[in-house]
Amino acid sequence: MQDMAVEGGKREAQASEKAERTRQRKAYLPDVDIIERKDDIVIMADMPGVDETSVSVTLEKNVLSINGKVDFDPPKEHRLAAHEYGVGDYERSFTLSSEIDRDRIQASVKNGMLRLVLPKAAAARPRTIQVIAEA
Amino acid sequence: MLWSDIEKLNTFFEPWRELDRMRRELSRLTNNGRVDFPPVNVWTSPDNAVVTTEVPGIELKDLNISVSGNTLTLRGLRAGEGLQPDEVYHRKERWQGDFAKTIELPFIIESDKVEARYAKGVLYVSLPRAEAEKPRKIEVMT
Repeated sequence: MQDMAVEGGKREAQASEKAERTRQRKAYLPDVDIIERKDDIVIMADMPGVDETSVSVTLEKNVLSINGKVDFDPPKEHRLAAHEYGVGDYERSFTLSSEIDRDRIQASVKNGMLRLVLPKAAAARPRTIQVIAEA
Repeated sequence: MLWSDIEKLNTFFEPWRELDRMRRELSRLTNNGRVDFPPVNVWTSPDNAVVTTEVPGIELKDLNISVSGNTLTLRGLRAGEGLQPDEVYHRKERWQGDFAKTIELPFIIESDKVEARYAKGVLYVSLPRAEAEKPRKIEVMT
């Protein structure tokens, strides 16, 4: 946590060493919930200001990256009087374990919240072994 | 002196702004960097204020906006996911629960003319200053 700058309740994302940003904007780490269910893993990420046209989800090797672009025009002829959050893009990456069925990952956005459903590969699902009584 | 006058002074008097910034920094440190949900930004002009807030994941029906005098109150609910017995949270960073946040403006609000928009998890409320409260020019009789 110590390498993250905090601004108005949002954690700023640090540019990774391998890639530089192409936009002159701050980028924040979206808050996420990760829930493991029987057949899948659900990731919910708060990305206010983002819709389906401005979010991208990419999977490279075993790294899942989410990226959201936010455009905001401050109200004209107004001055900022109180500032509790910063507006900027979002980026965050997750390392997936191999047990995810990569071809069936689903992503949806509603009210500025991204929801990813990562189905577990069949091999990783819990299985009940039928015990047969020996004759 | 009115609050809005002090605001105007700020534009010319940089040390005020600097002090304000330091105060905000300090309160952030003591708050562990977190502000009450939902975080709001307030923009003002002499006759209007715009309040924006980020409430991602909330349905419009779960959002309640009310105006009284010089205050705006935002209420709402961000429900958590109901977990089944065999489901487990690996990470839980998103804020959830009931919230109520009151924002005080430097003027009385014309409640009939308040406009609110909600899109992509961002709420935008425009609050005009009450007509009766605006400064009026007094003609001097000779």
